Amino acid sequence: MNAELWLPVVFAGLMAISLLAYVILDGYDLGVGILLPLGAKAERDTMIASIGPFWDANETWLVLGVGLLLVAFPLAHGIILGELYLPVALMLLGLILRGVAFDFRVKARDPHQPWWNAAFAAGSLLAALSQGVMLGRYLTGFAPGAAAWGFALLAGVGLAAAYALLGAGWLIMKTRGALQARAIGWARRALYGTGLAVLAVSIATPLASSHIAAKWFVLPDFLLLLPLPLGSLALFVLLALSLPRLARRQAAGNDTLCWLPFAATVGIVLLSFWGLAYSVFPDIVIGRLTIWQAASSPEALSVILWGAAVVLPTIVGYTVYAYRVFWGKAEGLSYS
Amino acid sequence: MEFDPVTLARIQFGANISFHILFPTISIAMGWVLLFFKWRFNATRDEAWMEAYGFWVKVFALTFAVGVVSGITMSFQFGTNWPGYMRTVGNIAGPLLAYEVLTAFFLEATFLGIMLFGRSRVSNRMHTLATFLVAFGTTVSAFWIIALNSWMQTPAGFTMVNGQAHVTSWLEVIFNPSMPYRLIHMLLASGLTVAFLVAGLSAYRWGRGDRGLAVRHSLKTGVYLAALLIPLQILAGDAHGLNTFHHQPAKLAAMEGVWHTERGAPLLLFALPDEASQSNRYQIGIPRLASLIITHQPDGEIRGLNEFAGRHPPVGKVFWSFRAMVAVGVLMLATAWLAAWQLRRGEPAGWTVSLLTAMTFSGWLATLAGWYVTEIGRQPWLVTGVLSTADAASTVPGGMILSTLLMYLALYLVLLASYVSVVFYLARKAGKHDELPLSANLAGEQA
Ligand code: HEM
Repeated sequence: MNAELWLPVVFAGLMAISLLAYVILDGYDLGVGILLPLGAKAERDTMIASIGPFWDANETWLVLGVGLLLVAFPLAHGIILGELYLPVALMLLGLILRGVAFDFRVKARDPHQPWWNAAFAAGSLLAALSQGVMLGRYLTGFAPGAAAWGFALLAGVGLAAAYALLGAGWLIMKTRGALQARAIGWARRALYGTGLAVLAVSIATPLASSHIAAKWFVLPDFLLLLPLPLGSLALFVLLALSLPRLARRQAAGNDTLCWLPFAATVGIVLLSFWGLAYSVFPDIVIGRLTIWQAASSPEALSVILWGAAVVLPTIVGYTVYAYRVFWGKAEGLSYS
Repeated sequence: MEFDPVTLARIQFGANISFHILFPTISIAMGWVLLFFKWRFNATRDEAWMEAYGFWVKVFALTFAVGVVSGITMSFQFGTNWPGYMRTVGNIAGPLLAYEVLTAFFLEATFLGIMLFGRSRVSNRMHTLATFLVAFGTTVSAFWIIALNSWMQTPAGFTMVNGQAHVTSWLEVIFNPSMPYRLIHMLLASGLTVAFLVAGLSAYRWGRGDRGLAVRHSLKTGVYLAALLIPLQILAGDAHGLNTFHHQPAKLAAMEGVWHTERGAPLLLFALPDEASQSNRYQIGIPRLASLIITHQPDGEIRGLNEFAGRHPPVGKVFWSFRAMVAVGVLMLATAWLAAWQLRRGEPAGWTVSLLTAMTFSGWLATLAGWYVTEIGRQPWLVTGVLSTADAASTVPGGMILSTLLMYLALYLVLLASYVSVVFYLARKAGKHDELPLSANLAGEQA
């Protein structure tokens, strides 16, 4: 088969997988950051301990995703990041603040600690909002005008809510006692926020982009796609029903199914992501540039592909190993 | 000031990369120093080595975090600030950057978690392995990025077709003419930066009366490492300069302030290079020494800037950055050997302790100065002879770059001040725990 044809598809796939991994993995730790101010003082260390061993590696998926965009679709990288210049700068500000605050907050002098806690939470929130805005801007094909920006802001709030839900799910799974009970409460609130936002974005996306509308609302595609929204709906209902039960069981000291909220949220993210990918493919800048037009030459791509084919499975392998090492409830984390 | 987007893009990128490089420079060699502490502990079962490990791993975690987040910034700015870069040399830069992420970033970031927080969860052997993998990952990452940077200095192994670089030999691309020199010089720079950091902070604790075994171990490690590496660095720097002479003569002429092709050129100790008159003012030099060092003949010829009219880098910046680097290098030599000599005979003198403390971050100075020589010295090119900086620059409006530039600058200043003060604070706090048993000490350090 013709390499110029399939290599860009493979790389679009790799990039999508990296970004998906990023959204899920950094999503939960950004979510924990957003929830941090809601935790009682004594619980904050446990909240942070639950993400401590992972966040560095989680953010690496963003570097890989953006790196793939840069090396595989340089034309699109220039256009997209040029258009998103300000939200990207704000996201970076957020990521930098929270990344350093993570380490500074335990190492700094006592009077400075609340300040670093605030930086951690604010940075997490800023990064989540900016990423949502970037998504929103991207989906409208960077359309000008108040409506398009309104849509982007909506997407920003939606993504922040979704991250908070992921974060709450993570905490339910990784903690116990009062904090776990509280996290169930947070999950219930974040669930409504996320549900509303996903609904609004789903309705607004085809309105905002006739391009995307044309891809969904034709038969038989529409019927084939129906499982995506229906599946998400089912997961939302499952979460809405199971969270109150989980709270009751938890109060009785029973920890079964503590992983369910997190898993169901990941399911929602997967389905939404699939829907988005379908909406966009095979464009990479919606309505302007397809992945084939934006791709680098096959010679560079095949060199990278060989490396990726060998290394990516290894990365997945040791990532799984790291998660197994820190399996179970997060205790106070220490360097011992 | 006018909002010239190219200038602003350069300042912004320069500010980011200057800030970023400070932290990898520490983490590359610090990983190996931690492995050394761990190995000493495994071999001797002396808890003080583990205490040293416990202290420095905290500094490492902090450093690594700042490096990661400022590195993420870089991955975005490659494209936004220099779109022409990927367009022209993407076939080379793309795979090298991708290999760095794939082979190094994930490895370091993942095993860092185990290295920092996994001691009670994995076997001692696995923990040592994790420490090794983190150190190894940082070094692999340096390998790829230095390969790419060196290729931009001295490109090889490619042909240009329709304005795009195509690889003819990956071996020649990676091991391009300046790569081995730059890799060695940079790894040694990292080693020296860490050696002085470890020695300096330990001296600081020593000076405050905190003279436990762990502090002694760290002090000796830092001082001896510095004393060992600095002569190697000077030799490597000399060889690096010869390489530059052959491959980037305009840069070398700027470093030495040679305006006109000259035999028996003096080594300038002081001068104010003046672009307008194409000459140096207030020049003080040692006759013939520059020719002797560079060509190994007292009357060897050094090509002057006049041969590269319009295509040479700004002279003053390169000239002075080079002198700053060498000056710090000489100071390092004197300090490290003196301190090593005193340590061999007993305890360091009070003023040696102060000197070491003052030089805690001296490696940063030399490293930044060195990178300015290298990068400013490459101008007006982004990739020597292939792509000029102006042609690679972006079309993002100047005002937007300026506002984000100010934001980054403010952020970086705050972070730099916080980093330095927290590192010293950690040193003071560690001293207070000295009487407590080790386990209590570590448990207090929740992260
Ligand atoms: C004292 C004698 C030294 C000499 C003769 C020397 C020589 C050089 C030369 C010729 C370059 C530029 C090469 C080029 O771009 O073509 C360079 C760059 C550099 N130097 Fe030095 N250097 C010395 C000391 C140091 C010290 C003590 C450090 C740090 C601790 C250092 C760190 C660097 C760095 C980071 C670079 C930029 C990367 C590179 O191009 O290698 N140097 N040095």
